[in-house]
Amino acid sequence: MKTPMFQDHVALGGTMVDFGGWELPVHYAPGIKDEHRNVRTKAGLFDVSHMGEFWITGPDAFSFVQSLVSNDISVMCDGQVQYNMMCYPEGGVVDDLLVYKVSNDRFLLVVNASNVDKDFEWVKSHLSGDVKAENASPSTAEVALQGPLAQEILQTIVDVDLSDIGFFFFRENVSVAGVKALVSRTGYTGEDGFEVYVDWEEGSKVWNAIMEAGKTFGILPIGLGARDSLRFEACLPLYGHEIDRDITPLEAGLGFFVKLDSSDFIGSEALRKMKAEGLPRKTVALKMVDKGVPRHGYPVSVDGREVGHVTTGGYSPTLEENIALALVEASSAEVGGKMNVVIRGKDKAAEVVKKPFYRKNYKK
Amino acid sequence: MAEIKAGLKYTKEHEWIKVEGEKGYVGISDYAQNAMGDIVFVELPEVGQDVSAGGDLCVVESVKGANDVYSPASGKITEVNEDLEDSPEKINEDPFGSWIALVELSDLSELDGLMDEEAYRSYCEGLE
Repeated sequence: MKTPMFQDHVALGGTMVDFGGWELPVHYAPGIKDEHRNVRTKAGLFDVSHMGEFWITGPDAFSFVQSLVSNDISVMCDGQVQYNMMCYPEGGVVDDLLVYKVSNDRFLLVVNASNVDKDFEWVKSHLSGDVKAENASPSTAEVALQGPLAQEILQTIVDVDLSDIGFFFFRENVSVAGVKALVSRTGYTGEDGFEVYVDWEEGSKVWNAIMEAGKTFGILPIGLGARDSLRFEACLPLYGHEIDRDITPLEAGLGFFVKLDSSDFIGSEALRKMKAEGLPRKTVALKMVDKGVPRHGYPVSVDGREVGHVTTGGYSPTLEENIALALVEASSAEVGGKMNVVIRGKDKAAEVVKKPFYRKNYKK
Repeated sequence: MAEIKAGLKYTKEHEWIKVEGEKGYVGISDYAQNAMGDIVFVELPEVGQDVSAGGDLCVVESVKGANDVYSPASGKITEVNEDLEDSPEKINEDPFGSWIALVELSDLSELDGLMDEEAYRSYCEGLE
């Protein structure tokens, strides 16, 4: 499958790869490291049209969405976005998603590309009350503009004052280079930035308008490689790595987004039980002491005994160090603790450090 | 188009070997470093280690992932390029100047099975 920006990526020299059935750039000519650093210091534009968008509408939309997701959506104002998880009854994760609240009877759910079909089936099979669910993924293109200069760049082509949109808030019907868009101050990089949703046919126009507007600010197009290294440094979870059917949000260290006292949702009972009994596993951040690059799936050991595995690992372009997130037995998860990552059969020393590896002060 | 240096022998896996007498310096080609992207770590082989033609030599890690590097010929490793431990990015900057290991070759006839500059050039063109 191709996004509406496919030709733009090719024209920009993107190295295209298959990503869950989508042809997307893994990087452009500057390479992952430079793209990564450009987002941290200036700005970068991502094509995220492959993400899924579901509209949930109707008089019972609020209670239906609340029954699906782990966070407390009653605290949301209209125009606010909230990070959430949909869980299985056993507590594992169906997907992580962003919930956009337009009003009590209209919500937008933004889900992971690889999970769109599974998620929509899940949503449909749990529909209750007077609610309609529409999968708008095929008709919705999305770009993410991220980095400290994101606001300045986007401001030159929109008809609203972007400083009025707070972190994790959004506006509908914004004109972006003349195209009607939903614009949110959200993203997946640990930087300030915006996500812009438009009709599929308008994707390329908006992409090119932002690239043009960003030219004098040093904008770069960014591929999937840097998207992953940026989110990883900021300790933002990736489905299939930090969270999964078999890994609960509590184990992944995402308890903040699971409101067990105020909300009842699918999986809440199992998660309450898990919390009461104590977590068997925890996700920790590791910094390599020895040389070597930890990768997804590598075993983690303490005193020769395997205690878990790396969920994401790699080189951090910002820290210039090799780092990892690892899911390990809770008893060995203390900050400052020593562990080994088993790299190609050899123990390589690592230390448990505080999360996240990279923390940005978001504009509020 | 990737740079290809004359006077070296090449493998299909994009290693090069520069033969000097009965020894050969081994590295990875410009094509390979370009495909790997930013190189962040080279797990050097050990001096004294025996390697076989087409067998594992070492692992080069890039931002994208781990890449196996194979030995173009059989022999014993007599030296490794320790500069790469602290500056793995040198392979990106100068792939033909950044040898990884020096191998004392045990069977010079194996070299006949490798590609010369011209053959490697058309091989790479066929991949693009």
